[in-house]
Amino acid sequence: MTETNTLMPYDEVLARFEPVLGIETHVELGTASKMFCGCPTGFGAAPNTQVCPVCLGLPGALPVANEQAIESTIRIGLALNCSIAEWCRFARKNYFYPDMPKNFQISQYDEPLCSEGYLDVEVGGKVFRVGIERVHLEEDTGKSTHVGGATGRIHGADYSIVDYNRAGIPLVEIVTKPIEGAGELAPEVAKAYATELRELMRALGVSDVRMEEGSMRCDVNVSLMPRGASEWGTRTETKNVNSLRSVERSVRHEMERQGAVLAAGGRIVQETRHFHEDTGATTSGRSKEEAQDYRYFPEPDLVPIAPAREWVEKFRVDLPELPRVKRARLMAEWAVSDLDMEAMHNAGAVELVDATVAAGAPAADARKWWMGELARRANESGTALADLSITPAQVARVTELVASGALNDKLARQVLEGVLAGEGTPDEVVAARGLQIVNDEGELSAIIDQVIADNADAADKVRSGKVAAVGALVGGVMKASRGKADAGRARELILEKLGVAG
Amino acid sequence: MSAITRDEVAHLARLSRLALSDDELDHYATQLDDIIAAVARVAEVAAQDVPPSSHALPLANVFRADEVRSSLTPQQALSGAPAVEDDRFRVPRILGEEA
Repeated sequence: MTETNTLMPYDEVLARFEPVLGIETHVELGTASKMFCGCPTGFGAAPNTQVCPVCLGLPGALPVANEQAIESTIRIGLALNCSIAEWCRFARKNYFYPDMPKNFQISQYDEPLCSEGYLDVEVGGKVFRVGIERVHLEEDTGKSTHVGGATGRIHGADYSIVDYNRAGIPLVEIVTKPIEGAGELAPEVAKAYATELRELMRALGVSDVRMEEGSMRCDVNVSLMPRGASEWGTRTETKNVNSLRSVERSVRHEMERQGAVLAAGGRIVQETRHFHEDTGATTSGRSKEEAQDYRYFPEPDLVPIAPAREWVEKFRVDLPELPRVKRARLMAEWAVSDLDMEAMHNAGAVELVDATVAAGAPAADARKWWMGELARRANESGTALADLSITPAQVARVTELVASGALNDKLARQVLEGVLAGEGTPDEVVAARGLQIVNDEGELSAIIDQVIADNADAADKVRSGKVAAVGALVGGVMKASRGKADAGRARELILEKLGVAG
Repeated sequence: MSAITRDEVAHLARLSRLALSDDELDHYATQLDDIIAAVARVAEVAAQDVPPSSHALPLANVFRADEVRSSLTPQQALSGAPAVEDDRFRVPRILGEEA
């Protein structure tokens, strides 16, 4: 299908319109078993090997709610500053679509488990409070593959084949209130919100939040209204945006697309759109058959949930330190600036530096290696910092070897290279590659004698009082030792041999 | 006034992908209207102090522990499927060509 969007330059969009956003995020909980049955939830299993009469909706099968999933949802609600319902029910959302074998999805309707909260996010040093409308619990759908047709998409396919392994995995839906007043920062606020939410889920340990595997996915609503208007424009909903970068790009693109439509006197149609990673564009996903008439009613097979207040308060007390609070604390502990912290946050280095410090490294050293040499190597190989094959404990060991004088920075970089290449632990790499600093005074002394003999001019300058010239000699020693000499000790010995006090 | 109109029955039939003839629509509209009217009589006896209920039993918080139990084999799971391909349920075209 071809559809070309006319775009308005971003600056012009901002000059004429104000964006309003809304984000719905689905997070698959990391429970061992599904929401209403005991089927396992592992990703990537062979098709239809993690299904049973309950999640296939076979006659007579009855669902029972997973206590861990209820607990996780309440903890998410608490971390998002929500009120936790004293009593609520599951509801059936009826729709005729084969991704659910029952022809309905068990969800929550007008009685969400958590409601009325907020999440603070930071963009460029400024804090935006994103309101949370609701957090509710439902079950994930199966996975369809569309066969035939030109594009492998649902439109024009001859038929579809469905794997129900994912059907019934607990899914939490987190819905923001409308986000107004973000202006030019709207795309970044959307990304910052998704980023912060992902970190929060990680800190709570409720989901692996792998966007590339679909365990966290965002639907992004965007509308524009003329500057100064009091009534919002018509919104579009871009579905299943599957990376943090795409959240930002899809918002920017929709703003530019809608701006062009409105400026040309057109009107925005309330519709579902799809985001394309390759082009950064959205296309209409509208279909006449999408009748939004779900006929919700209370799920008769599941009794209400009435979380006892003691239960909820226990979770509140046991909440982990939240990511933003933790970053503020670490910023103080590590004595780094706002910008340095934001750089580490964006590079995904905060947890790694923290773990390296916990393994005994000074914060400055831990930060230096993760944000320097290791970030460079991650960048080169196109991997995330956390996916490098080196552990924070190994990085801490390297800093320890440098601090003890056994390695200098140049050798340390070679050690890191060896560890990343799978040659073993830092100590094993040091031994295998022979990377110790030359500590044998006899060997060092012999090298120095040779360097002094080879550089008589520089040596004379030092003897006559031009101590700065010693640099050339130290350089010669480092070169002759292939970087393994301790430069500080070499300098001392050279000065001693030339009869000059350092 | 009727509790459910013939148009509403037609709408529900369409949402449920049920092809009903005109005669059937007339028939079901009348029948469903009688059924809803009969059930609605409950409201006549329910006093202000009786809260609406959705469940027959006064129970809440029935949960199961998060424990994995064995699933069906794919052969068992697919045994009742009208059509199968690559160990998946094969279903007819979901959406037609875009308008």
